[in-house]
Amino acid sequence: MKKNLKYNLTWLAIMVVGYILIDVLELVGVIDQFAETTLVLIGINIILATGLNLIIGFSGQFSLGHAGFMAIGAYTSALITQAIPNGGGMVLGLIAGMALSALVALVVGIPTLRLNGDYLAIATMGVAEIIRIIMNNLKITNGPAGLYNIPQLANWSVVYLFVCLTTILIVNFIHSRDGRAVMSVREDEIAAESMGVNITKWKVIAFVLGAATAAIGGALHASYIQTIAPNDFGIMESINILIIVVMGGIGSITGTYVAAIVLGLLDMVLQNFGTLRMVLYSLALILIMVFKPSGLLGTWEFSVRRIFTKFKAKGDA
Amino acid sequence: MTLLDVKGLTKNFGGLTAVSDVSMHLDDNELVALIGPNGAGKTTLFNLLTGVIVPSEGTVTLQADAGLEVLNKKKPYTIAQAGLARTFQNIRLFKGLSVEDNVLIAMTSKNKEGFLESIFRLPSFYKKEDELHQQVLDLLKIFDMQDDADKLAKNLPYGAQRRLEIVRALATKPKILFLDEPAAGMNPEETADLTRLIRQIQEEFHITILLIEHDMSLVMNVAERIYVLEYGQLIAEGTPEEVQKDPKVIKAYLGGEA
Repeated sequence: MKKNLKYNLTWLAIMVVGYILIDVLELVGVIDQFAETTLVLIGINIILATGLNLIIGFSGQFSLGHAGFMAIGAYTSALITQAIPNGGGMVLGLIAGMALSALVALVVGIPTLRLNGDYLAIATMGVAEIIRIIMNNLKITNGPAGLYNIPQLANWSVVYLFVCLTTILIVNFIHSRDGRAVMSVREDEIAAESMGVNITKWKVIAFVLGAATAAIGGALHASYIQTIAPNDFGIMESINILIIVVMGGIGSITGTYVAAIVLGLLDMVLQNFGTLRMVLYSLALILIMVFKPSGLLGTWEFSVRRIFTKFKAKGDA
Repeated sequence: MTLLDVKGLTKNFGGLTAVSDVSMHLDDNELVALIGPNGAGKTTLFNLLTGVIVPSEGTVTLQADAGLEVLNKKKPYTIAQAGLARTFQNIRLFKGLSVEDNVLIAMTSKNKEGFLESIFRLPSFYKKEDELHQQVLDLLKIFDMQDDADKLAKNLPYGAQRRLEIVRALATKPKILFLDEPAAGMNPEETADLTRLIRQIQEEFHITILLIEHDMSLVMNVAERIYVLEYGQLIAEGTPEEVQKDPKVIKAYLGGEA
């Protein structure tokens, strides 16, 4: 119990130090408006990719529909914050977006998660397309033009807070009975079932949680960028999130962080190269995949507990 | 007392009858072996009993605490929760996870950690985790594997992987343990160890064991009763001595006229 408190306090300290560091860098002017936008987009990508990693990396279900759930979160919270433009509206929008996204994931997940591999990928892609096309045709979502003048209630501090919150909750989920059951599905479905694990239930739970996380990312995106349109949530967006997960290492949350940061910074630096930008970006992706096919970190995770144990072992020696 | 009662169990794969009209019973705290030539349908019978394959005909009933429970046509995980655990002929561990996690996963249905107490790390979560951790270590200790708890399952030597499969099955707190060729690929020394281990399991855990095995030294050594399967049909049943003398069994294994 005391030990766990020590680990948790260390994590809290890391988060607070990270916050102060960004704050100071902003004050002294190292982080300008442009860099701040990059920072916020990296944060949102971390939230999105962590949720997708839960689905792909931990439950082993290949989903290509993450942008669809992101869209649900973005539109729901945008509509609610337009009606109630204050912090309360933001919270309400987030909760409603997550709930709606989770509900859709539940309805979609129960039949489609019986499929596996390529079939599931195509089914989830189809779901995301359906969601996009619905947004494209509804009156309340303002059709293809999308929504604009969304009140900017999310700044970098809010995004930072939600990056921390979603990561904590997802990591806690993974390292519990529920997370272990989810991972057993990835490892071997037949063995998992023979051990009394209801594989359909755990697949659906991981999928629903991932979708709720995507909704948080979508809501923050809508609030920070202030305009959203159905085309922001097409298949390319799903693939962008997938690239972060695959590049960081499928099944590594630390990897997701590293990949989101590396790709975000790469994108920022390459802005100066104009049209060459996408070529260089793609080239970087190919090189990483050639030399590190399991992703930057594989399944390695940063662990405060391990560092403490190492130091203790050194002290004892 | 009959623990598991199997009546007229049949499985057709298209035109092939892999298991045909098999009736058998397993008593409380009994060690039974299921033998037969290759392709006799032993593993199929295991898969039928544990729900991996749905039987075409027949019934499987378990004497549960709350009375008789019909198991056929139930999902494998409900059958596992009812108290039937198994190991696999081709090892099916959760390879990328640690030994401890492998055992913990088997405890999922008995583990009462709630979703909210897990994600918010309430004090009760840590308490339950510590208790589970201790249970896993106690279980691993019986099999002399407590030092391997943090290793990845795939990095264990072959014999240890087989043992871990048994530990994992036992962690579900089964009434009946099904062992599918536990000695496959083991040398005589390892087989002798396994023989001792199986006896020890039965004594310590007071469970019924049904064993598929080709290694006759193991079977004749530990089994109290033997069922012999050939071409999906039971051709003999009895004590090791009776089965060894049965002309039908000799014919099935050696060929020729009975």
